[in-house]
Amino acid sequence: MRVNVEVNGEQRTEDNVWEGESLLSLLRDRLGLPGAKNACEQGECGSCTVYLDGVPVCACLVAAGQAEGRSVRTVEGLADGDALHPVQQAFVEAGAVQCGFCTPGLLVATHDLLSRVSHPSDGEIREALAGNLCRCTGYEHILDAVRLAATRGGGRRDQEWRSPDRAGRPGAGAPRDTGDPECER
Amino acid sequence: MIPFDYQRAEDTRSAVATVTARPGAAFLGAGTNLVDHLKLGVAAPDLLVDVSHLPFDMIEPLAGGGVRIGATVRNSDLAVDPVIRQRYPMVSAALLSGASGQLRNVATTAGNLMQRTRCPYFQDVTTPCNKRRPGSGCSALEGYHRDHAILGASRHCVAVHPSDLAVALTALGAVVQVEGVKGARSIPIIDLYRLPDDAPQHDTVLEHGELITAVDLPALPMATRSTYRKVRDRASYAFALVSVAAAVDVERGTVRDVRVALGGVAHKPWRARRAEEALRGAPATDDAFRAAAEAELAGARPLRDNAFKVPMARNTIVATLRELTRREEP
Ligand SMILES: Cc1cc2nc3c(=O)[nH]c(=O)nc-3n(C[C@H](O)[C@H](O)[C@H](O)COP(=O)(O)OP(=O)(O)OC[C@H]3O[C@@H](n4cnc5c(N)ncnc54)[C@H](O)[C@@H]3O)c2cc1C
Ligand code: SF4
Ligand code: FES
Ligand code: FES
Repeated sequence: MRVNVEVNGEQRTEDNVWEGESLLSLLRDRLGLPGAKNACEQGECGSCTVYLDGVPVCACLVAAGQAEGRSVRTVEGLADGDALHPVQQAFVEAGAVQCGFCTPGLLVATHDLLSRVSHPSDGEIREALAGNLCRCTGYEHILDAVRLAATRGGGRRDQEWRSPDRAGRPGAGAPRDTGDPECER
Repeated sequence: MIPFDYQRAEDTRSAVATVTARPGAAFLGAGTNLVDHLKLGVAAPDLLVDVSHLPFDMIEPLAGGGVRIGATVRNSDLAVDPVIRQRYPMVSAALLSGASGQLRNVATTAGNLMQRTRCPYFQDVTTPCNKRRPGSGCSALEGYHRDHAILGASRHCVAVHPSDLAVALTALGAVVQVEGVKGARSIPIIDLYRLPDDAPQHDTVLEHGELITAVDLPALPMATRSTYRKVRDRASYAFALVSVAAAVDVERGTVRDVRVALGGVAHKPWRARRAEEALRGAPATDDAFRAAAEAELAGARPLRDNAFKVPMARNTIVATLRELTRREEP
């Protein structure tokens, strides 16, 4: 099948895509975007997190056909040319990257969190990143990175980019899911 | 993975007709459960009809005071809807206790209700499993079954239903709206799900090709004081060992009305009718809550390794009702 999808602002068309392929392999193996990582392939680790129509999803559980006509933004689309996005810069500075496998997913999830909640509490950070597993850092430096990015206004910069995505959907502009309040206590 | 075709449904009628006519076809919501199953070989449809774009993504008031939740409303959107939060907080709490933000952002209401068990043998095609391959046997019966059922199981299957949302909807007495080739029907959620008996391959009473279009919540004023409590191995991002959805109406220390449903204990979300009966007219005290929980759990038949769920369910019922009634009477 043919899949037309907007990726990081660019319209892409890919032919002979197999129906059973995931959005993750479409991005990595066909469109040359290896940023989103392939780890569990079961929705458990979040290393494949990308924006689909402006909301973070696990690309490993999206069938390629489902992406037809939609817009995707990957970790490659966060930086502005060679200038790292403030969220990326904060991860580097806070030492939140060890092996780096979880990092692309965490960057997208953090980017999303800060665009919704400019100064999240630690509980909110933990809940928002609960779908992203890291085996190396013990999470402390990741929390530091998110706090650091927040103090630098890491989310503000791109609200405009995101807002049109959900236009037309009921609930667009409404409060978004920030996780389980039970777990924030 | 077996090759399959993919098509986006144009409208309800054609989606229903297409899937009904083709035994190997399946509806696709967001795919967070079904795409996983395609990869694992647990499901092998020859055609996926994507219904996630059908115009059922509204949350609307119903005549009579209830609320209709469209089948394609995303779990995240439902969880934060102001009406749901205010009038049915247990629904919001149940959703937010499950999966992760990335999954809730896309998962649909109908897909959530129709998700399949997380029994490890069901997901592992190399092992016998009556639910996946009828007649092959149940590996969990004598194998790993710590997470499995304590109520209503059969020797053919001891799996539990994984949905948190379904537990809250069962406590509320929601009604599922379904569209089939023979027309529409309304199914109270309590009758949607089945016990395994000798046909665990069927999770629900839906026929092949029947499409869920909406879920209706009744007016139920007491649901403004409701909650969902989920006990799991870690604080976040895990399925329930035991969960309780409850709403209670207390006046001057006496329970006037109550709704209780349990998750993680049976093949279906378990409406605790015996506990409810025992509680109506009873004092809102821990003793009465415990007695009601014990009445419900008297029928529990734990397996070798999951007897811990019986006291856990009892304690969780008591704790949930205590929390709600404390709130009720300042
Ligand atoms: C890592 C992980 C953790 C999770 N944790 C939890 C948890 O803690 N609690 C919890 O409740 N859930 C949890 N889930 C499950 C998640 O909630 C479900 O995968 C999701 O709700 C399914 O929705 P979907 O739209 O993606 O369904 P799909 O995967 O698209 O479909 C699921 C099933 O529903 C059928 N279906 C879809 N739409 C319709 C319709 N309109 N009518 C009839 N049938 C239909 C499909 O044919 C399929 O059989 C978890 C999932 C993952 C991957
Ligand atoms: S408990 Fe049910 S799902 Fe699990 S192995 Fe037995 S038959 Fe299969
Ligand atoms: S690879 Fe998608 S969640 Fe792990
Ligand atoms: S840095 Fe290695 S998994 Fe997170």
